[in-house]
Amino acid sequence: MERLVGMANDIARYFASEPDHDEAVAGIATHLRRFWEPRMRAALLAHWRETGGAGLHELAREAVARLAQA
Amino acid sequence: MRSFVETDLGTPAVNAGETVALEIDGQHVRVPAGTSLLRAAALAGTAIPRLCATDTLEAFGSCRLCLVEIEGRKGYPASCTTPAAAGMKVRTQSPKLAQLRRGVMELYISDHPLDCLTCPTNGHCELQDMAGAVGLREVRYGYDGASHRQAQKDESNPYFTFDPSKCIVCSRCVRACDEVQGTFALTIQGRGFDSKVSAGQDEAFLGSECVSCGACVQACPTATLSEKSLIALGQPERSVVTTCAYCGVGCSFRAEMKGEELVRMVPDQNGQANHGHSCVKGRFALGYATHRDRITTPMLRKRISDPWQAVSWEVAIAHVAAEFRRLQQAYGRHSIGGITSSRCTNEETYLVQKLVRAAFGTNNVDTCARVCHSPTGYGLKQTLGESAGTQNFDSVEQADVVLVIGANPTDGHPVFASRLKQRLRQGAKLIVIDPRRIDLVRTPHIQAQHHLKLRPGTNVAVLNALAHVIVTEHLVDEAFVAARCEGPAFAKWRDFVAQERNAPEALQAETGVPADEVRAAARLYATGGNAAIYYGLGVTEHSQGSTAVMAIANLAMATGNIGRVGVGVNPLRGQNNVQGSCDMGSFPHEFPGYRHVSDSAVRQSFEAAWGVPLHDEPGLRIPNMFEAALDGSFRGIYIEGEDIAQSDPDTQHVTAALSAMECVVVQDLFLNETAKFAHVFLPGSSFLEKDGTFTNAERRISRVRKVMQPKAGYADWEITQLIAQALGYPMNYTHPSQIMDEIAALTPTFAGVSFARLDELGSIQWPCNDEHPLGTPTMHVDEFVRGKGRFMLTEYVPTEEKVNARFPLLLTTGRILSQYNVGAQTRRTPNVLWHDEDVLELHPFDAEQRGIADGDWVGVESRAGDTVLRARLSDRMQPGVVYTTFHFPESGANVVTTENSDWATNCPEYKVTAVQATRVSQPSDWQRRHQAFTEHQLELLRHVRSTAG
Repeated sequence: MERLVGMANDIARYFASEPDHDEAVAGIATHLRRFWEPRMRAALLAHWRETGGAGLHELAREAVARLAQA
Repeated sequence: MRSFVETDLGTPAVNAGETVALEIDGQHVRVPAGTSLLRAAALAGTAIPRLCATDTLEAFGSCRLCLVEIEGRKGYPASCTTPAAAGMKVRTQSPKLAQLRRGVMELYISDHPLDCLTCPTNGHCELQDMAGAVGLREVRYGYDGASHRQAQKDESNPYFTFDPSKCIVCSRCVRACDEVQGTFALTIQGRGFDSKVSAGQDEAFLGSECVSCGACVQACPTATLSEKSLIALGQPERSVVTTCAYCGVGCSFRAEMKGEELVRMVPDQNGQANHGHSCVKGRFALGYATHRDRITTPMLRKRISDPWQAVSWEVAIAHVAAEFRRLQQAYGRHSIGGITSSRCTNEETYLVQKLVRAAFGTNNVDTCARVCHSPTGYGLKQTLGESAGTQNFDSVEQADVVLVIGANPTDGHPVFASRLKQRLRQGAKLIVIDPRRIDLVRTPHIQAQHHLKLRPGTNVAVLNALAHVIVTEHLVDEAFVAARCEGPAFAKWRDFVAQERNAPEALQAETGVPADEVRAAARLYATGGNAAIYYGLGVTEHSQGSTAVMAIANLAMATGNIGRVGVGVNPLRGQNNVQGSCDMGSFPHEFPGYRHVSDSAVRQSFEAAWGVPLHDEPGLRIPNMFEAALDGSFRGIYIEGEDIAQSDPDTQHVTAALSAMECVVVQDLFLNETAKFAHVFLPGSSFLEKDGTFTNAERRISRVRKVMQPKAGYADWEITQLIAQALGYPMNYTHPSQIMDEIAALTPTFAGVSFARLDELGSIQWPCNDEHPLGTPTMHVDEFVRGKGRFMLTEYVPTEEKVNARFPLLLTTGRILSQYNVGAQTRRTPNVLWHDEDVLELHPFDAEQRGIADGDWVGVESRAGDTVLRARLSDRMQPGVVYTTFHFPESGANVVTTENSDWATNCPEYKVTAVQATRVSQPSDWQRRHQAFTEHQLELLRHVRSTAG
C-alpha cells in the first residue's frame, strides 16, 4: 500500500500547482481512472475507506473520495 | 567499397530550382545549376573516368583523371570541380584526354600491387576499372623503383583492414571521416611521395579516435580499407535492403549476402533516415545473429532450479497455453500478461498485444518504452495531441539553433549525430543541457555556445527558468500562440512561469546553472531563428519525466518553433522500434494509434475485427506487474525480446517478482538475465530472419526484409500466432504484410500504409492516410493534432531521491557508442574491444577525497543495493555526480537504481540515484550471488545442450 500511496502522492504533487482546486482534484481522479489498473484503484479505495486515506496528499485524498462516489 | 549494386554519379546532387542546359559529347543535357560536369555526364549516361570523386563527398579535384575539354576554354579542367553552365559544350573523350588519363594511371599503377586475382575487391575495384576505362596497356616507369608496396597492413580494427600498399592517397577516406562522420580521425601525413593516410597521429586504427562507422571503408575506391568479412567470405552475390535493429535512427542497409551467409551490411545511399551513413553497431556488430550462444530449440522446466529440457515446438506451445489457462482458472483472467518488444517488428508487437487483449482477455500488456520514452507519449499527447516527435531527421539541416537536452547523440544516435554535426559546422548554434560534458559540447570544429551543466534531477527547474526568461523578456511569439494555442491555458502557464520563483536567479542554487547562462541560452533559443529541441532519456527517466516533456513542448509553442521544417520537438528514441511498439498498442491503457481502451467506439472497432469482447479498463504496467506478482495476483507472463531482469531498475525487486510467478515464458535469441528465471524458453529470430517493419524516431516506417531462414524454424510473429491458436483464438496470417493490412484497417494514422506502398516509397512517416498519402515529414503544420496547442503547468517538484551524508553522490546512467542497451547483441561481437566492462566515471576531486585512483575497484551503494565497478576518473563529470552504463549484467548498475518513477507513467528514475562510492577489493555480495546463480543456470543449459547434441 505504501507504494500505491506514494504513486498517488506523486500525481497529486504534479497537480498541486493547478490554481483551480476542483480542476486539480478532477485531474488526479481522471489520471487514476485512465492509467491505473482496477485492482490498484480498488486497493487505494480500500485503504481510503479503512484509514481515511492515511499518508495520502490532501488532493489525492479528495480525488480518491471522488472516485469512491463515481 | 560501396555496395556492389549502387551506382556512383561522382559528385553530390545539387538542390537548385534553376536548371541549365549544356551539351556533353554532342548530347543535350539539362541539370540543376551548380551540378558538376562529372555528375551531369553520369546522369546522361556518360561515365568520365575518376578516382578521387564519389557522390557522397564534395569534389576534391586531386586525381586528375576526370579531365575534360570545354569548347572555348583553354586546358583540361577537372569535371568534378567544374560546374555545368548554360550553353557549355563538353568533350569527355579525345586523343589528348586519353593520353593524359593513361599517364595518370601509369603513375598510380606503378605503385600498386598487381595482385588483382587475389584481391578482395577484384571486379569491383575502381582503380582496376579505371585502368580498363583509360585503356592502360603498359607502365613505362616499371615497378622497380621506390614504392609503397611493402607497407604493412593495419589489422588492429576487428572489422576492417587498412592495407596502405593498395592506397592511392585519393583522400576519400579522410574526407568521409570529416564530411560524413565528422570525427576527423584520419589525415594525410607527409608530402609528395611520403604522403600516406594516417589514423590519429600515425596510430593503429583501433587505438585512434576512429569510431569505426565504416564511412572510410565505404568510400575507399580500392581494397585499402576492406571489411574483414569480405576478405574472408568473398564477394556477395545478392543484396537486400533492410532496416537496422539497433537504435532509433533506423538506418537503411543493404544486407549483402552469399547464399544464406551475411557477407556485410552496407548503408543504403537511398536510405531516407541515414542517407548512406552508418555506425559501428549497425555496420559491423552483426555477429550475434549467428553466435554460438543462440538457442534454437524450445525448452521447458518446472522450476528454475531444474535443468532445461529440449522439447518440440508443439510440446512447448501446448505447455504455454495449458499453463496460462490453468493460471487464469485458478487466479482470474487478469493474473497473466505480456511484454512486447521494441526490438521486434511492428507486426510482431501488434500480434503480442492482440494476443494479450483478445486471447488472454486482459489489458495487461506493456513494453520497454515504459522504462524509456513513456513520458514522451504522455507529455506530447497532452500538449500537442500526438505521442511522437514532430520532424524528420533532415529537418536539422534547416535549424539555426539546436538545443540538446538529456541526450548524447554521438554515443546513442550516432548517425543522426553526424547529420547534426554537419549542420553545426555550417554555423548553427548549439545549447547543451546535460550534467556531463558530453562529446558534442566540444568536438572538432564544434563548440557549444552554452552548456548548462545542471545537477541531475533539475531538468524541470531549468526548463521553467528558460520559459521564465522567454515570458518576462517578451520573447514569446505572440502571433503564433494567439493563432495556434489555447488562450486560457497559455495565460495560466504564462502567469505560472513568470513567477519569481521560476527565475534563473531563484533556481540557480538548486540547478547549479549560473543564471546568466540560462538567460543567454533562453534568448538564443527564442531569437536565433529556427530552433529545434532534441532530447533523450536524460529528460524522460526522472520522477518528473512527463513534466519535463511538457515543459519542452511549452517552450517550442511559446516561441513558435513548431509546425515547420527546421524546428520542433524531437525525442531521440532508444531502441530501434520503440516508437513502433508504442504505436502498435503496447501500452496497457491504449489500443494501436494511442486510443484509450475506454473509448467505446474504438474498442468496438477492435471487437468487430478481432471477434471477441475486449476489456475497457487499463491493464498493469510493467512495475505494477512486479507488485502484483509479489502480492500473488499476477502469476504468468509472456515476454517477447526484452530483458527486464537487466534493464529495469532495482534488480533484486524484479528478480523477486519473476521468482514469484508460476509461468514465465521468455522468447529471445539468448538465455538472457530474465530467461534465467523462466519456465519456458521459446527461441526467437533475429531481424535478418523475418519480414516486417520498424518505425524510427521520425515516425518513419521502414521495411525489414528476411535474408535468411529463422534459425529456430519460426519468426517471432509465427510463435505468437501458435500460442494464440493453442489458446483457441484464431490467428491465421501467412505473411506479415497481412498483419500490416489489419493494422492499417484499424488505425487511422496507418490507414495508407501497406508493404506494397512501402516498397514503392521506400519508407513512410505516419500519419499516412487520404489526407497525407505520402506520409507526414513535419507534424502540426497548420494546426496541432489536438486542434489548439495546450500549455501545461510544469511545477518543479524536487525528487525524493536526495543526497545526504550517507549517500552524498548522484549516480546517473546512460549508454556508450559501442554497446547497445543490455548488451545482449553487442556483447557477443568484437565491440567488446572498445568496452568490455561498465565502469564508474567520477570527477578527480571526488576520487581524491575517497582515495580512489583510476582503475580501482569501487563499491557503489544506494538505498536499493550495492555493486562494485572499476573507477574511471574523468573531468567531464561534475563533482558530486558519477556515471555508469548498464551494458553488462554482472555490473549490477540496476541493482543500485531505485524504484522511484515518473509520476504520470512510472518510467523509472534511472538518472538520479543517491550513492556513496568507496574503494573496495572484492565484488559485492549481489555480484557473488549473481555469478553463482549465472554459473548454475548455464550449467542447467549445458545439460540440455549436451543432451540434445
